Order: sequence, then C-alpha cells, then structure tokens
Amino acid sequence: MPRREIDLAEAGLSGIVGRMAKATAFDELWGASRDRTPRADFEPVAAWLADLTPAELVRRQQAAEAAFRSLGITFAVYGDEEAAERIIPFDIIPRIFTAREWASLSAGLEQRVHAINLFIDDVYGARKILADGVLPADIVLGNAQYCIPVAGARPPHGVYAHICGIDLVRTGPDEFWVLEDNVRTPSGVSYMLENREAMLRLCPELFDALPVVPVDSYPELLRDTLQSVAPKPGSGACCVLLTPGHYNSAFYEHGFLADNMGIELVEGSDLEVDDDVVWMRTIGGRVRVDVIYRRIDDAYLDPLFFRPDSALGVPGLMAAYLAGNVSLANAPGTGIADDKAIYSYMPEIVRYYTGDAPKLPNVETWRCREPEALKYVLDNLDTLVVKLVDGSGGYGMLVGPAATREELAEFRAVLKAAPASYIAQPTLALSTVPTFTEAGIAPRHVDFRPFVLTGADGVKIVPGGLTRVALREGSLVVNSSQGGGTKDSFVLADPES
Amino acid sequence: MLSRTAANLYWIGRHMERAEFTARLVEATIRLTALGDHAEGDQAWKSALSVVGAGRAFRASGDSFSAASVRRYLTLAEGNPSSIRSCLTTARDNARAARTALTVEVWEAINRAWLLIRDRTKPGGVPATLNLVEGLRAEIRGFEGALTRMLRSEGNWLMSLGSVIERGDNTARLLDVKYYLLLPPGQTVGGALDRDQWSTLLQIVSARTAYRHIYGGAPRPWRVADFLIFRGEMPRSLVASADEAVTLLSALAARSGRQGQADRLARKRLDRIQAIDISKVVQDGLHEWLHAYIRENAAIDQAIARQFRFG
Repeated sequence: MPRREIDLAEAGLSGIVGRMAKATAFDELWGASRDRTPRADFEPVAAWLADLTPAELVRRQQAAEAAFRSLGITFAVYGDEEAAERIIPFDIIPRIFTAREWASLSAGLEQRVHAINLFIDDVYGARKILADGVLPADIVLGNAQYCIPVAGARPPHGVYAHICGIDLVRTGPDEFWVLEDNVRTPSGVSYMLENREAMLRLCPELFDALPVVPVDSYPELLRDTLQSVAPKPGSGACCVLLTPGHYNSAFYEHGFLADNMGIELVEGSDLEVDDDVVWMRTIGGRVRVDVIYRRIDDAYLDPLFFRPDSALGVPGLMAAYLAGNVSLANAPGTGIADDKAIYSYMPEIVRYYTGDAPKLPNVETWRCREPEALKYVLDNLDTLVVKLVDGSGGYGMLVGPAATREELAEFRAVLKAAPASYIAQPTLALSTVPTFTEAGIAPRHVDFRPFVLTGADGVKIVPGGLTRVALREGSLVVNSSQGGGTKDSFVLADPES
Repeated sequence: MLSRTAANLYWIGRHMERAEFTARLVEATIRLTALGDHAEGDQAWKSALSVVGAGRAFRASGDSFSAASVRRYLTLAEGNPSSIRSCLTTARDNARAARTALTVEVWEAINRAWLLIRDRTKPGGVPATLNLVEGLRAEIRGFEGALTRMLRSEGNWLMSLGSVIERGDNTARLLDVKYYLLLPPGQTVGGALDRDQWSTLLQIVSARTAYRHIYGGAPRPWRVADFLIFRGEMPRSLVASADEAVTLLSALAARSGRQGQADRLARKRLDRIQAIDISKVVQDGLHEWLHAYIRENAAIDQAIARQFRFG
C-alpha cells in the first residue's frame, strides 16, 4: 500500500503506546536517581538548568515559539480558511549524547544502513539472501513493497537508500533500540537544523558550557551525496528537489533544503522527459537534470508507470531512470527494506551482509506467522503491542496494556485467522528527558531520528537528529497531533580529540 | 530560474498592482459619489465597474445594482476574479508557491495584505469600506517598498514587469472609460461636474497634487490625458509604463544573454508613444488609440509568457 509522505504527525511511535510507570524509565539527564542528581558528564547542563529562573524559562520558551512562527516553520497545510498555522511545540531543554554514546550509535547506524543498501541491491539483483534461505522468499517477493519493474536496474554505485531516517528509542544507559527504519522519503531533518538555530539564539551560554558538535553541514553533505550518485561522474551534475507542491505538509522542509543546498525546488510540471532524458523548464531554456531528490512517494512518481491518476509526477520519469539517465534519491522500490515483516529479520540481514553481529539491536519482535511466536503472543497479548506488517499510522494495531478484555478477545480471533499479517513487540519503558511543562521541569518520554546519508563514498552521519518528546505526563506518544513536540539533540565533542 | 517560478513572480506583480488599483478606484468613486446626487452616484459605480471590465460579469452575478453591492463586488466578491480579495488571494497563492524566490519582507507584505481581507464577509458602510481600502493600500505600499529592497535580479524584475504591464492596462482603461462615460450628453467640457470627475480620475492614479504642480489650475480633459499618457515623470502614465517595461526586459535579457519577441514589441511601443503628442492622439481619436494600446499591452503580456516559457 502506498504510504503518504510521512509527516511528524504520523511518522512516529504510534507503535508503543502504553501505560508505563514513569518511575521505571531511564532519564537521560538524571539517570535512575530520584533526587535529580545528574549523571556523570551532565553536571554543566544540570547547573544551567538550575540557574534558569522559571520566569526566564517561560520567556525563552515564548521567544522560541515566536521565532518559529515568524519563520513560518509549520507542518500544517495552511492557506485553507479553517486550518490555523500550526507549529510543533519546541522545548528548549536539549537532549544530549556524550561523545562515547554517539560513537557507538553512529557505528551501529552506519552498519545498519550499509546492510540495508546491500540488501536492497541483492533482492533486486542476484537474490543471494533468498537462495541462502536467510529469510523466506515469499516475504520479499510476495511483498506489496517489492517493486518488480526495478528488479535488475542497478542505480549508480548500487546505492538505493541515499537518505535514511532510523527511529531509535532508549531504555537505559547503553540500551538503544531501532524501532523503525525509514528508507523511503523520511522527513524532519529541517527540525534538526532549525532547532539548533533556535538554541544558538536563545541559549548561547549552553554552547559555552558544552562542546556541542555543529550540525549545519547537513545540506552540504546531502548535496555532495546527491552529486556523487549522478549517472555520469563529475562535479557539474544538476540536482533538483522534487516536491508534491505547496499543499504538502512537509513543503516547508522541501523549500528549506533546496534553498540551503542551492538547488532548484521543482514540481512535476517543471520537468519533462524527452527521449528518456529528464529536462527542467527554466526561463533560459531547458536544462538537463541528472539527480532528483524526490519527496514524492513511488506510487506518484510517474503516471505512465505507477498510479495513472497521479498529477504530481513526471510522465516518462521511470523510463529515464531505467535507461540510467537520471538518478532518483531514494531509488524506487526501497520500501521493501522498511516493511515491518522485513524489519523483524533485520538482525539476520545485518549479519548476512556485514559478517558481524548487529551493533544496534531491534526491538524484540515476534512474527506471528511462526507457530511458536504466535503461541507466545496469544498467551501474552495483554502486555504486547501487535501491528499489521504493512500497516502504518496505527492502523490495525492492538495495544495490549491499554486494551479492554473484549478487544483482546476480538484481536485473538483476528490473529488466529491471519497470523502472517501480524508482528508483536513488547511495550518499552522509553527514556525521558527533563522538559519544560506547566508544572515546572519534569521528565518526558522521547525518541530519536538521526539522518543517515549514503553516497558513492560510503555512509555519512551528521552528529545530531530529531528528538521528539511526548509533552503529556507519562505519555509515550510523541506524535505532534497528540501533544508531541521536539527538542534539539546535542552531540558532545570528544574531549580527547 | 524555473519557468513556473517566473510565472508565479510575474503574476504576483500583476495581482498586487491590480488590487491596489481597484482599491484606489473604490476610494475615488466613494469620494465622487459624495459630491453628486443619487443618480450620478449610480453612474459613478457603473463606470467603476467598466473601468475594471466587470460590467457584464456583475450583471451575470445576479446581484441587484446598488452602490453597496458594487462596493462589495469590487472589494470582497469571490466570484469576481478582479475583486481585491481575489487579487490578493491569487497573489498569495503565487507567493506561497514561489516562497523560496521571495525575501521575507516581500512574503510578509503580501501575507499581511491577504490576512487583512481574508476574514471580511461584508465591506460594511462607506466609512468601514474606506478604512479597509486604506489599510490594504498601506500593506500594498509595504509590498512595493519591500520590492525596492530586494536583490536586483530576475525575481525582482519579473515582479516589477508584472506590475508595469498591469499598470499600463489599468491607466489606459481608466482614461478610456472616463473619457466616454463621465460626460453625459449636453454637459459641456469644463463644467463643475466635469471638473469633479476629472479630479477624481487623477485621485485614482494618486496624482491630483502632481497635476497641479505640472499644469497648475483645475484639470482640463486634454491636459489630464496628456498627463496620463505622455508625461514620463508621472509613474502611472502610459509612457512611463512602456519605458519601464523596456528597461526591465533589457535587464532580464542582459542576464540571460538573449532577447525575444517581448523585447521587440516593448521597444516598438515605446518608440511609437515617444513619436507623437496629445493633439495627434485627440485628432486620430483617443478611444481608438487607447484600445490599440490595450491590445498592444496584451500582446506584450503574451510574448513575455512565451519568452520565459510559462505561456
């Protein structure tokens, strides 16, 4: 099923809603201490926090909101009479990773994304992993996300997923888990950059107290990544960002990225395909396009190839892609790697392609298609979260701890009827970060989405990402529509280097 | 620059200019009707509709004719593509689509003008309408100010080009309509009513004081025509619009390294205006001459769209 461009409202943690006792959660600043003693390395932040008077916090919080509003950073569709321009709440207390934490996280991300690209290349190519029986063939070849027409068409350097957003959660000092791999058109990176700008303006003293590694090289790195995968090598490749248009909820981000990379922001109607070559219409004539960073889903890319009713795409684009005349980032068909059924095999996939044990674990996942797993799930339904393998946005999902007896019974029957369609995961005690709330500073649950770039010369990760925070007490839902907000994510420089 | 962006910018210029012109038209018509009796008032509003070429569309809209209904039609009617609201909505839509090509100032000025009129359902009485129109004109002046502070490059030139093309069209229509409709049969040129109407016309193009500086005394029809057609120092005159169009197109050509049909047409038009004077125009027929100008302006508009590949 084609998925709409993800926005923050649905990108997230809808999978682990649950009632968690907050006392059990690990706090990233205070650790497990009950008297708010900071963890080692975090004293400067605690001191900063203690120095801020409540009035000053309120003032800065309001200044942040005003700044975001005047910059027009919104994720809602505005222009409609009824739709107020909504900004995502921003919390000024940052979430912080030590150099050591980041080093191990980024090594894990690099390994995982490297494996993801090899996996996609393999399943659209030689299919060795299926021949070796690492995962059942039907789960790949029979998958709705498997894009048969691109099988055999290898993009430059074998890179399919140029931009990945890997959703991570944390449950303890050294316990990070991958919750979801977003390898189609992940969004949210503009928050990473804008949140940092806001923090530099609002809390400059924090940057004196802490060696925060900058994130502002992201647009440059992204541009280099796109250039590096052009069909013909060379620095003169023409890259563009293809947007569905200004009614899309992530349009702000599309314009922001295009601007910061210095490339054109185009809509489908700005492009034309002639003899399998993509051209852009400009006032100086037509210009050949080499690389398209597309923020349009596969299904809408080319009406001649996918959905014929798509007005967003470019007729003939897929023919140009298959002819090797244009690169698409991410490549069509990458959805096969972020399907939930495939996710459950990711540890095996990583081990198969890299030869090493995965550095970043998956959240434990029971595949209900396997009889033993199904039995466990049925027996423990009230403690688990059960998801449809190809569902998204919380559709077809059961949250055991929050479900009524009737709902559990109903779901048990559904599970038994179609076990292959479901996976189950435990509810996790997500880590918390101190957050400014109406009742003062209090711990709130967070998740984290770093952005991982893959080009001709390997994987690059900007030290940072998007931290989303559930602003309601005890809530694990970071979705913006349900009172979720964002925080800046600091990565500290290694004092040794 | 993308052709689509060029189209967005050009249409921002045209719609902002049209919104401002309509605002001034409404303001001046209210003033004119305050001077005369009821029947003349109706005539003035009919004439206002003709100036923006909306007489037929208004009759088709089913509204019964009254000063209030025309006021509403010109300011707020969504069914009227030239109403101030429609112009500002279109300008803002174009600005949203071309947001990255605009400065924050330009975007904010357009957005503020739009916000001012977005939620209005009724123009209200005459004082309320005047307030609204004055507020809108202030915001649109803000847009023009922001434009002058923008980087001098394609984006600025294309918006300005839209403005001058629209301005030429507006001034020509205004002259044409006033020349014909504002002189009821039997009324001799130079009467009291006549004077009011010509001074109203000058007010619409915000040039009442300027006229006095240049010509002195009360407005005379041929002098007003001379002023609005041939005086280059008058920014809304036809010759000034024609001249500015040539300048802007040359700037664009210098950047891209090539000229086209729009450049040729614009230069030809300027040469023609500069070669004649008001007595020649009156002798040949002002109405015919103005219509030729309007057609020529439309031809340049189309040539611009073709030349920058958004036609």
